[in-house]
Amino acid sequence: MAKYLLLKHYRGAPAAVNDVRMDQWTPEEVTAHIQYMNDFAAKLEESGEYVDGQALAPDGMWVRFDGEGRPPVTDGPFAETKDLIAGYMIIDVDGPERAIELAGELSAAPGAGGKPLHEWLEVRPLYGEPPLISE
Amino acid sequence: MSDSLDEALLRGLVPGVLGVLVRRGADFAAAEDAVQEALVEAVRSWPADPPLDPRGWLVTVAWRRFLDATRSDAARRRREDVVDVEPEPGPVPDVDDSLHLYFLCAHPSLSPSSAVALTLRAVGGLTTRQIAAAYLVPEATMAQRISRAKRTVAGVRLDQPGDVGTVLRVLYLVFNEGYSGDVDLVAEAIRLTRQLAAVMDHPEVAGLLALMLLHSARRPARTAPDGSLVPLASQDRTRWDTAAIAEGVQILQTALSRDRLGEYQAQAAIAALHADARTAEETDWVQIVEWYDELVRLTGSPVVRLNRAVAVGEADGPHAGLAALAELDPSLPRYAAVSAHLHERAGQLSTAARFYAEAAVKATDLAERDHLTRQAARLNTSSGG
Repeated sequence: MAKYLLLKHYRGAPAAVNDVRMDQWTPEEVTAHIQYMNDFAAKLEESGEYVDGQALAPDGMWVRFDGEGRPPVTDGPFAETKDLIAGYMIIDVDGPERAIELAGELSAAPGAGGKPLHEWLEVRPLYGEPPLISE
Repeated sequence: MSDSLDEALLRGLVPGVLGVLVRRGADFAAAEDAVQEALVEAVRSWPADPPLDPRGWLVTVAWRRFLDATRSDAARRRREDVVDVEPEPGPVPDVDDSLHLYFLCAHPSLSPSSAVALTLRAVGGLTTRQIAAAYLVPEATMAQRISRAKRTVAGVRLDQPGDVGTVLRVLYLVFNEGYSGDVDLVAEAIRLTRQLAAVMDHPEVAGLLALMLLHSARRPARTAPDGSLVPLASQDRTRWDTAAIAEGVQILQTALSRDRLGEYQAQAAIAALHADARTAEETDWVQIVEWYDELVRLTGSPVVRLNRAVAVGEADGPHAGLAALAELDPSLPRYAAVSAHLHERAGQLSTAARFYAEAAVKATDLAERDHLTRQAARLNTSSGG
C-alpha cells in the first residue's frame, strides 16, 4: 500500500510522441481526450485506488517573503521557459509496478488524430508512515 | 463511537454474529452489510438502552436487516426460498466461524490492501469511514475497495481454512503500515491477533502476537515530543510498557517451548532480547545474531540479512558488520542507512556522512528522512565540513 502522485505537465516534460498542441486538435478529439481522463478517474474510483485529482490553471506567479512588515514580493506570470504542471492525480496502490502500469495507461489518452498522446508523466511516491518494526 | 459504549467489546462480537448469518444461508457480502448496519444501530441505541444479551441483540437486528435488504432486492424470490427453509439456529459455538472469516478476508486472491480493508471491516467491525481515514483515502474509494474484495471472495467457501501465513501477513500489515489517525491500527492489530490466538492454537499466531506486544511496548519512547524518531539505542527505556513486554515474553516462551520455530517467533525473540536490556549497552547482540541466523534460514530474506549486518556490527565490531554488508545488494532498501551507521562506528566519519545523505534521499517516510538528514548534518558540522 503506497501512494503515488502522477503529474501531467503543460511544458517541461520530454516531448510526447504525438506532440500536437491541444488547440490544433479537432473539437471531437478534445472531447475524446477529456472523456478518457474522466473515465480513467472513474475507473480508479471503482477499483478503490483513487485518492485525489485536480487540474491546475497555467496562469500563476512566484511569491516570496520580503521581510517583516513588508508585503510578499510577487513575480509573474511565469516565463515561457518554466516547467509547468497541468494537473495531478494521487493514487493508492499496492506497489510501484501498479503505479507505473496506471501511469502508462493515463499516458495513452487520445490526442491529435485520435491517436494516443504517449506523453511523459511524472510518477512520484508520497512518503508513508514510519513502520513500527524496522529491525 | 460513544464514550459510554465499550467499542472493543462490541466489535469483538462481529465475527461470531457474521458467522451466524452466513450459517443461516446469507451470502457473505450481504451478511457483512447487515452486520455493519446492526453495529451502527447498536452505537446509536445501546448507550441509552443497553441490551441484556448484546450478541443476541446484534444477531436479531442484523438478521432483520438482512431480510429487509433481501426482500427489496431484485432477485428476492430465489433468496427468500433460502431464507424460508433456514431454521432458527440453536446455540452453536462460533469459534469456527471466526476462524473461517480470518481466512476468507486474507484469501490469496485478494491484493494486500484489499485483504487489509476487508479484514478490518468484516473481522474488526470498523466502519468504512474509519478504515478510509486510517489509510488516508476518500470514503468512496475505500467503499469500492471493500465491495470489490467481497466480490472477489464471493465464491470462496467458508469451510476451507488455508495457509495461516496469509492471515498473519495481513495482521502484520495492519500493525506495521497504518497511519496514526483516530483509529489506533496498532491496538486493532493486537486485538485481532489476540482474538485469532484465542481460536487457533498455533505457535506462529502466538509468535506474531508476542512480536506486536513487544514492539508496541516501545511506542511511547520511539518519538520525541517534536515528533522526530528516536532510535532504539537512544530511547528512554523507562518509558517502555513493562506489562506489554512481560505478556509478550510469556506468550513467546510458551510458543518457543513447542519447538516449531517460525519467522514471527524468531522476530519476537529478537524484540524480547532488546526488551531484556536495561540499557542499550547491555543488549545481548551475540544472541541476537544467532536469532538473525535462524531468520535467514527461515526466510532467506535480503532485508533480514541487512538487519543481521547491523547486529553483527554490534556483536563483533563495525568491521565485521561492514564485511557482512559487503555481501549484500546495495540496492536494498535502507542499505545506505546501515552502511552509514557502520562506517560511523568504524570512525570513518566523512564516508558515513555521505551514506547518511544518500540514505535520506532514499527514505520512504518523512520521519526517517529527517532523522537521516540530521545524522548527515551532525557529522558534516562536527568535522568542520
